Amino acid sequence: MSSYRRALLYAGLFFAPLFCVQQANADWQLNLIEGATEISRSVYSLHMVIFYICVAIAVVVFGVMFWSIFWHRKSRGAKAAHFHESTFIEVLWTVIPVIILVSMAVPASSTLIDMYDKNNSELDIQITGYQWKWRYQYLNHDIDFFSNLSTPREQINNAETKGENYLLEVDQPLVIPAGKKVRFLLTSNDVIHSWWVPALAVKKDTVPGFINEAWTLVDEPGIYRGQCAELCGRDHGFMPIVVDVRSQADFDLWLAEQASLKVAAQQSAEKAWTQEELFARGEEVYQTSCLACHQANGQGIPGVFPGLVGTELMQGDPAGHIDAVVNGRSGTAMQAFGEQLSAVDLAAVITYERTAWGNQGGMVTVQQIQQLLGGE
Amino acid sequence: MASVDQTMSDGHHGPARGITRWLYTTNHKDIGTLYLLFSLLMFFIGGCMALTIRAELFQPGLQMVMPEFFNQMTTMHGLIMVFGAVMPAFVGLANWMIPIMVGAPDMALPRMNNWSFWILPFAFTMMLSTLLMEGGGPNFGWTFYAPLSTTYAPPSVTFFIFAVHMMGISSIMGAINVIATILNMRAPGMKLMQMPLFVWTWLITAFLLIAVMPVLAGVVTMMLMDIHFGTSFFDAAGGGDPVLFQHVFWFFGHPEVYIMILPAFGVVSEIIPTFARKRLFGYASMVYATASIAFLSFIVWAHHMFTVGMPLAGELFFMFTTMLIAVPTGVKVFNWIATMFRGSMTFETPMLFALAFVVLFTIGGFSGLMLSIAPADFQYHDTYFVVAHFHYVLVPGSVFSIMAAAYYWLPKWTGHMYNESMGKLHFWLSFIGVNITFFPMHFLGLAGMPRRIPDYALQFADFNMVATVGAFIFGFSQLLFVYNVVCCIRSGKQATDEVWEGSRGLEWQLSSPPPYHSYSTPPTAEQLSKASH
Repeated sequence: MSSYRRALLYAGLFFAPLFCVQQANADWQLNLIEGATEISRSVYSLHMVIFYICVAIAVVVFGVMFWSIFWHRKSRGAKAAHFHESTFIEVLWTVIPVIILVSMAVPASSTLIDMYDKNNSELDIQITGYQWKWRYQYLNHDIDFFSNLSTPREQINNAETKGENYLLEVDQPLVIPAGKKVRFLLTSNDVIHSWWVPALAVKKDTVPGFINEAWTLVDEPGIYRGQCAELCGRDHGFMPIVVDVRSQADFDLWLAEQASLKVAAQQSAEKAWTQEELFARGEEVYQTSCLACHQANGQGIPGVFPGLVGTELMQGDPAGHIDAVVNGRSGTAMQAFGEQLSAVDLAAVITYERTAWGNQGGMVTVQQIQQLLGGE
Repeated sequence: MASVDQTMSDGHHGPARGITRWLYTTNHKDIGTLYLLFSLLMFFIGGCMALTIRAELFQPGLQMVMPEFFNQMTTMHGLIMVFGAVMPAFVGLANWMIPIMVGAPDMALPRMNNWSFWILPFAFTMMLSTLLMEGGGPNFGWTFYAPLSTTYAPPSVTFFIFAVHMMGISSIMGAINVIATILNMRAPGMKLMQMPLFVWTWLITAFLLIAVMPVLAGVVTMMLMDIHFGTSFFDAAGGGDPVLFQHVFWFFGHPEVYIMILPAFGVVSEIIPTFARKRLFGYASMVYATASIAFLSFIVWAHHMFTVGMPLAGELFFMFTTMLIAVPTGVKVFNWIATMFRGSMTFETPMLFALAFVVLFTIGGFSGLMLSIAPADFQYHDTYFVVAHFHYVLVPGSVFSIMAAAYYWLPKWTGHMYNESMGKLHFWLSFIGVNITFFPMHFLGLAGMPRRIPDYALQFADFNMVATVGAFIFGFSQLLFVYNVVCCIRSGKQATDEVWEGSRGLEWQLSSPPPYHSYSTPPTAEQLSKASH
């Protein structure tokens, strides 16, 4: 009797996912999503076909097994038979799986071949992985920005209630048009990352020094969220991806908006910034760009990330400090922020570092940064 | 003269006393015991790390540990379980059982046997000590992909590299010893195709070890050169290629996962016939299937790398070869079930673990088949679906088979029966705990949760909580096993020589516990024929 119950338990465990696959997107989400592209839907159907094949094999194999466990047990008085080989049946159970596998390999190959067809894209975007943010460069337009996690540290440290899109929200999403084939060129600035958006069924590693290709064609406007999928260091869990798919008209509006923002940024660089203004802005920049390594108190992590409090670099000649921030330190995790931050943000964050935590380094002006950047 | 001979032979036939017995021993049973106890210790250390990981993941947000320590935990958990728990446990079983099963007095190379064990405590002490170093221990995952493990690694990576070298030396020596023993020391008249399946699977595993451990040593040496001697094997800025690391690593890594499962196949192929009271179905096809799996393991490595940007032809090749593995693996499962079919089964603890192995390993095999479909793998890769997959084949796969083997042979090793009801309780708690821990991970992965993250989005909260509860049930129920083993060593009902009603092999024809030198005279033709029928 107890093994009959056991059989039920096994069966229940195995069939549980079957009965629940329809219940999509709830907190107890059980299955892959169908996604928003033709490719993601064909991936989904491959997934379901192979899943049902596995379930069917499981029913047969475990069925025979539990039949034996139930009927061919010593306590029921079963006497062991003496057979121990049969060429026919062994050939049979070698050939049948081969046939099943071939029937599975055909649709899988055809989907894969479709995924590798990168021709005729209408928009090319270079995606660069950084520890721990993404950079999006629109190759046919003058658009280049970084996309950082925007979930506040307080939520991560449980000091505040977590928002709806906790850890899946960014300051600037990737914006692409619906109904257009968009090609991604993926690379990395430091370690290997992996750019993954489940709804697009795109997951591609970004490898430093190499360029990978992927593409998508999203039918409907919407917000699609994903995450970095390859362990890339400390904040691997904190570099989400948000893709904002817009209609062509809205996308064109966005392009125009980006152009006017660029003009505004130039004007802001020409303004005379006070130390207080720079400090306040620098604190924000520090939190998105520096805090993960150098920590909120500027102490860093001994042996891994250097501290910034009271050091010669922070308090001596600003040129050395500016050089470290703008050009980075090759061979370490310290990135070259010259390409990531505007002159104002650079001046702000350097000023912040030189005057926060009791540092006596003094203010660095926007003009100093511009001279250095221009002089190179 | 005669009295001198007498003392010498006395000293030669019993173990030395005290600590020196274990330090200087060249006896296959003593070394086997050392391996098994070492593996048990590592199982608990790695288990504590797993529970640290699960405790942090109990709820969203950062509660217990910071991300840098979390990454060290995932890395060390993987390394310790693979190299410290599973592999030494199988070497321990090989040491204990192979000489007995082939009718030999000991392993072929006893002094090397001692050395290959005693390297391990030093290797693991060195590796664990990195956790206390400045900058922390290895934090780049057990697969240590460059350049995260080279340019961006903590300083302790050098100690990690030397620890891996030492483990490799130990494994290679162990493998040479197994091959030498099996090929040279079989009882007269025992043909290769008459060897017990456990011996066969270990013979094949040993060849895999010799083939791939040098590859691992090579890849960590390349890392060492990149870090300290200015080479650029894996640094694109110097003309190297980070993906080269993955190719070399997985050329080791995929055979490695079969190193951890083939001996498990052997164990289960011993246990199921015993408790079904029926000969193993399809002995020859079992051997050929094992050899085919071993061969295929060398040509499937890049299925771990479907997303690195390989050309289409590469993706297709590795997808097809990977799917092929399902064929010999299926043959093995079908053979086990045909062995049970029309048998006369009883369900002692080893059999329960073996049956759970068949079911749960097969579930792991199914998810493996799903992962082999390259376009679908783009959705599964580096998610909890993969974590669920390999834990299904490693925990209720390899680890359950080790548990099964321990219960199966404990009465032979100690001469006492273990406590059967406690064994059954241990089984049921483990079985339930394992499924509560790892089954929900399939759902988490499909819903989009990446692996190796210390904190996650809110939609993953429910199943993570369930998994953590399961992990603690599984973890703490292993204490029952330790208690049962300790009691069994100290006392318990005297075991008979056969121990089990349906037992057949040569090991059951020796006394329980067996003499210090197993078959000091080769088994007779009569004993051999009794063992094979």
